Amino acid sequence: MPELVLLGDEALAMGAIDAGISAAYAYPGTPSSEIMEYLQGAAPRYGDFVAEWCSNEKTAYEAAVGVSLVGRRVLVSMKHVGLNVAADPFINSALLAIHGGLVLAVADDPGMHSSQNEQDSRFYADFARIVCLEPRNQQEAYRMTLEAFELSERFHIPVMLRLTTRIAHSRAVVQTGERRAQNPLSKSEAKAGWMLLPATARKLWAELLEMQGQFLEYAESSPYNTLEVNEAFSDFGVITAGLGWNYYMENVEELPVRPSHLHISVYPLPVQKIRRLAGRVKRIVVIEEGFSFVERTLLGILAPQLPISGREDGALPRTGELTPDNVRGILGLGAKKGVESAGADIPGRPPQLCAGCPHRDSYDALNLAVRGFEHKLVTSDIGCYTLGYLPPHQAIETCLCMGASVGMAKGAAQAGFHPAVAVIGDSTFLHSGITPLVDAVASGADMTLLILDNSTTAMTGGQRTILSSSRLEKLVLGLGVDPEHVKLIVPLKKHTEENAAIMRREMEYEGVSVIIALRDCIQTLKQKRKKEAGR
Amino acid sequence: MKYDVILAGVGGQGVLSVAAVIALGAMRDGLLVRQSEVHGMAQRGGAVQAHLRLSDCTIVSDLIGKACAEMILSMEPIESLRYLEYLKADGIVISCSDPVKNIPNYPELEDIYARIRALPSSRLVAGGQLAQTAGSARATNMVVVGAASTRLPVKEQSLLEAIEHLFSAKGEKIVEINRKAFALGRDSTA
Repeated sequence: MPELVLLGDEALAMGAIDAGISAAYAYPGTPSSEIMEYLQGAAPRYGDFVAEWCSNEKTAYEAAVGVSLVGRRVLVSMKHVGLNVAADPFINSALLAIHGGLVLAVADDPGMHSSQNEQDSRFYADFARIVCLEPRNQQEAYRMTLEAFELSERFHIPVMLRLTTRIAHSRAVVQTGERRAQNPLSKSEAKAGWMLLPATARKLWAELLEMQGQFLEYAESSPYNTLEVNEAFSDFGVITAGLGWNYYMENVEELPVRPSHLHISVYPLPVQKIRRLAGRVKRIVVIEEGFSFVERTLLGILAPQLPISGREDGALPRTGELTPDNVRGILGLGAKKGVESAGADIPGRPPQLCAGCPHRDSYDALNLAVRGFEHKLVTSDIGCYTLGYLPPHQAIETCLCMGASVGMAKGAAQAGFHPAVAVIGDSTFLHSGITPLVDAVASGADMTLLILDNSTTAMTGGQRTILSSSRLEKLVLGLGVDPEHVKLIVPLKKHTEENAAIMRREMEYEGVSVIIALRDCIQTLKQKRKKEAGR
Repeated sequence: MKYDVILAGVGGQGVLSVAAVIALGAMRDGLLVRQSEVHGMAQRGGAVQAHLRLSDCTIVSDLIGKACAEMILSMEPIESLRYLEYLKADGIVISCSDPVKNIPNYPELEDIYARIRALPSSRLVAGGQLAQTAGSARATNMVVVGAASTRLPVKEQSLLEAIEHLFSAKGEKIVEINRKAFALGRDSTA
C-alpha cells in the first residue's frame, strides 16, 4: 500500500479521491482549507474530478447536492462557522433521497485559533438526524472518508466527517489503498425525494425518523466505537470522544489501574455500549474534544443514575482545546511542570498585518478620514483586516460573521447614527456582503462601505477569489449604487491624505457610497513575482 | 525511544520548514513522526510553534505534554523562552540569537541571552550570520537545524537528504546554500 505523509485535512481529501468523487466544493476557512488545496493540487494528476472554491459554503453545499442528484459522489468541505452559512441546505438535505454519496467534511476550531467561536458540529449532525464520523488520527481520516461515502449511499443521507484543528493540521504517515471507480451519471429516480413541499417533506421527515434505528444499529456495531471492560475495577469508567482519546491514552500508562473505557467515533451515540459501561462503574468521566455533547446527553435534566464528570462540572476546562495536560486532573494525575526561567514575563507576540500590506495604508487613511467626527462607527468583518482592531491601527470596532459589517452599518445608519462605515474584504464581500448591500441600496441607508480589495482570500493562504477585481466595481454598480459615489482608490502611503479626503467626502454624502481600495496582497504578490522569476 | 521537540519562532521565519526537514529525516531513519502545525491567523507575524514527535513506537497525541520535550528549537531568542513549561528538566534549548523586534515592548536582548545561558542546557547560534556565509539569510532555519542535528536522534545523512528533497524544486543552488547552512550550524556546536 502506498504511504504518504499527510495532514489530517489532506488524508481526508485523499480518502475522497480514493472513494471515487466526481466533484468537490468548498469555501476557504481555517482549519479546513487544506482539504480543497490538496484536491486542487491532485486534480490535474487524475484529470477526472472537479475541485472548486465557491462563493460561500451555502453555494458549495447546494452544488454538492446537485452532484448527488445525478448519481455521482461529492465532497463538500468548510470550517465549523461555515456550516452556519450552509445550514439551510445541509439540514434540509437530510430529508432528500441522497443518491450519489454526499459527504460533508467540517473542521471545528476548539480554542479559536483562527475563528470567532468554538461551536461543535456534532450538534449539527444530531440536529439533522444524520450519521457523523470523527477520526482520531490521519489514518482514520482517510479510512473514515471511504466509509462515509459508503454510508451515504447505503442510507441515502449526507454523512458528516468532523475534524478538529489538531488533527486537521497535524501530519503523519497514511497508508492508502485502491481507488474506487466513479459512479456513472444516473439521475435519481426518487422523484418526490428531492422535493421539499410540505406534503412531500412530511413524508420524507417521517422516513428519516424511521431510519434512526438503522443508524443506531450501525453505531452500536461499529468497530470505531470500542468498549474495553475491566471487571476488576469499578471506581470510575471513561468515555472518550474525538481527540479526547489521544490525550487520555497519552496519560493512561500512569494510572495504577486501567478503568473500563468506551471510545466514541461514530454517532448517533451508541446507547447500549454506554449502558454497558455505566452498569459496571460508580462514576463516569467524559473526555471529549469540543462542547460537552456526550456529557450533556448523559446528564439530561433529571438526576442521572451515576455521577458524571467532564466539562460541565468543571473537572475539565469549560472552554478551549483539550491537551495532554489538562485531562490529567480528571484522571487523578498531578500536573507536570517543565523548566522555569526567573525574570519578567515574556511579552506576547500577537499576529499583525504584514509589512507592506495594503490594509495598513487603507486604515491610516480611514483613521485620518474619521478624525474630527464627534462620534463614528466602523463595523468590520472577517479576514486579515480584522487585525485592524489591534494597535497600531485600532481602526475597526466590530466582527460578527461573514458579511455582517454591511448589514450592521446599514442598521446603525437607519437608527440615526452618522457616520456609519463598514469595512470588508473582497472575498468576504463576495461571500456574504452583496445581499446586505442590496438591502442598503433599497432603503437608501446613509452609510459608506469600504471594500479592501487585495484580490485574494489572504487570511486562509491566498486562495483565488471567485470574481476578479476588475469585475468588482461593475458588480457594485449593478446593485444600484449611484455611480457618482462608487470610488476606486489605491491604498499606498503616498496617497494617504488624498484617500482620506475621498473617504471623508463619501462619509459626508447622504446615501450609500462604496469605496474600493484596490492593491494586491503583499504575500500573493511575492508569490506571483517568485513564479514569474522562476519562469 | 521517544523524542519530542517544540519548534518555536515568528510567523514567516520558516518554522514549518524546520519541522519538515527533521520529520523527513526521521522517517528516512525508520522512525514514526507526528508533526502538528499552526496555520491561519497566527501565522501573520505572531508567535508560532510546532510540535514534532519522533518515536519508534505508536504516537497517540499530536500535542506534546508539559515537561516531556527533549528539545526546544527556536528561530528567535524570546520565543525560545515562551514554551519552557514543555521542556524536560534535562532538555536542551537551542535558539537562533537574532531577534525579531516586531513588538513595541521587546525586552533587553542581553537579558534574554543571559536567561537562555542560565538554563540547565542551552545553545545560542548566530543563525543569520552563518546563513549569510552560506549564501543567503533565508537559510537561517537550516543553520538552526544543523545546530540541533548533533542532539537529534536522526542521522546527519538523513537530514541532508531531507534538505535536498525539500528544496530540490527550487534549484541546485538553493539546495547547496541550505546544505552549507546546515553544515555551518552543525560545526558551530562542535
